[in-house]
Amino acid sequence: MKIRLEVIKDVREICQQHKDEPSPLIVILEEVQKKYGYVPVELQEVISEETGVPAAEIYGVVTFYSFFSLTPKGKYVIHVCLGTACYVKNAQSVLDKLCTILGIKPGQTTEDGLFTIEAVRCMGACALAPAVSVNGKVFPRVQPTEVEKIIKEFRDQEGK
Amino acid sequence: MEKILNPEALDQKIAECTEKLNDKLSGKGGKRAILVCGGTGCLANDSQPIFDKIAEELKARHLDDKVSVTRVGCFGMCSQGPFVKILPEDTLYCKVKPADVERIMTESIEGGKIIEDLLYVNPVNGEKIVHQGDIPFYKKQQKVALHGVSTIDPLEIEESLGCDGFKALRKVLTSMKPQEVIDEVLKSGLRGRGGGGFPTGRKWQFAANVNAPQKYIVCNGDEGDPGAFMDESMLEGNPYAVVEGMEIAGYAFGATEGYFYVRAEYPVAVARLKNAIAEMRKAGLIGKNILGTGWNFDVHLREGAGAFVCGEETALLNSIEGKRGMPRPRPPYPAIKGLWGCPTCVNNVETLAQIGYIIRIGS
Ligand SMILES: Cc1cc2nc3c(=O)[nH]c(=O)nc-3n(C[C@H](O)[C@H](O)[C@H](O)COP(=O)(O)O)c2cc1C
Ligand code: FES
Repeated sequence: MKIRLEVIKDVREICQQHKDEPSPLIVILEEVQKKYGYVPVELQEVISEETGVPAAEIYGVVTFYSFFSLTPKGKYVIHVCLGTACYVKNAQSVLDKLCTILGIKPGQTTEDGLFTIEAVRCMGACALAPAVSVNGKVFPRVQPTEVEKIIKEFRDQEGK
Repeated sequence: MEKILNPEALDQKIAECTEKLNDKLSGKGGKRAILVCGGTGCLANDSQPIFDKIAEELKARHLDDKVSVTRVGCFGMCSQGPFVKILPEDTLYCKVKPADVERIMTESIEGGKIIEDLLYVNPVNGEKIVHQGDIPFYKKQQKVALHGVSTIDPLEIEESLGCDGFKALRKVLTSMKPQEVIDEVLKSGLRGRGGGGFPTGRKWQFAANVNAPQKYIVCNGDEGDPGAFMDESMLEGNPYAVVEGMEIAGYAFGATEGYFYVRAEYPVAVARLKNAIAEMRKAGLIGKNILGTGWNFDVHLREGAGAFVCGEETALLNSIEGKRGMPRPRPPYPAIKGLWGCPTCVNNVETLAQIGYIIRIGS
């Protein structure tokens, strides 16, 4: 994958901003993930050059935490909570339904780059179980039958 | 807020803020206050649009100098939210929708009537309850760790100062030796609220006994247990109290730097804590020469990156150090060899939130 030059420059800058902090690796990775939606190996190498942390170690960190992703995430990241409370309230069916509609598995992104589905741990919104969030906005008590409508709402916003 | 230079200036600020907050909550001068729940549970049920609409309506009706509106932390009964509370009457409306705002304004605020269908219904006997204080769930409550939560605006340092904030910090910095702080916490019998239940005073004592140029206090805000969100509601509702507890811990065993580790799944908590740290820095309650006592303390915030095991303290330390969150073998315990090899105490959010109370009231 070819990474654009500006992106590399920007990532170097992010590294520089944190160079006085002790062990800033995860802070840098979080910032890159939030800004670009993923941290590919090519950028990990850039971060390695800037911070002096071996690339293999960075790869180890990126693959350890579920927050980081090696492939780009969609414009809308859908979190389906599979914490205990949501799970017993049928979150699995909600997740399955989402996967069927979008034709992807949890962790994957649709081909048009619009949606990513992720199964997450408890969001602390158990009173609203089962909870689904899209880019941080929480949808309470989602039924499998409502999933289609939620997706449509975002597709409409995009005019697709 | 301008910098608070010494303990006396703090006392004055506390007195001003306390009066201001009390006046607001008790309806002095015929004024009224509307509190809207801005916890994560209620935000998900549209409490932000409700808040915005109330503010808008107050302006439109030229009531904004007589009625205030504040977004506060979790009421603790999220399944009945969003909550809108009217003071000084203590009227509590449940499951409010943005469409109800107009009615609340016209009938309740202007008309002085109670809106029956928005009241809490006692599930035991079907009775409607008007006042929050009469709801059985709240009747027996006395808030200790949650002091100020669901009463104060978590973004405003002045409201925290009006609600006993930083009295305990002042007390330890000006009149207690570090060992006295540890003894007080030991005597209180406080045990860690993160699950392990280890006596907090004893943990601090271990770290205090080590002679080292650098020590750390770490606040565990990873809260990975499903269904648990007390740490979240504290960080969202009164983050200042948690930071104050961290500083007192640092003073007690000799740490001059603290790290918060809060899970990324709590964006609201992270934002409010960030704001609290920035406000405290401005007020001179974090940084160098705090309250002119010569004591220094710095606070950092790290976000988790999604791994349950990072709630375990040694994995958490690895994560702060930028490594994979793998637990470390113990011993050595963090109190002896923790963050970057320095003596470190890891304490849960709720544990730290109680420290101020213990110091203020005494064990
Ligand atoms: C797998 C595992 C997960 C844990 N998760 C948390 C957590 O989410 N929050 C927390 O405060 N403590 C958690 N703990 C306990 C911490 O290791 C540690 O005991 C605690 O943060 C100490 O703080 P306290 O003494 O104030 O309770 C966990 C422990 C284990 C073994
Ligand atoms: S978030 Fe409003 S009651 Fe908990």
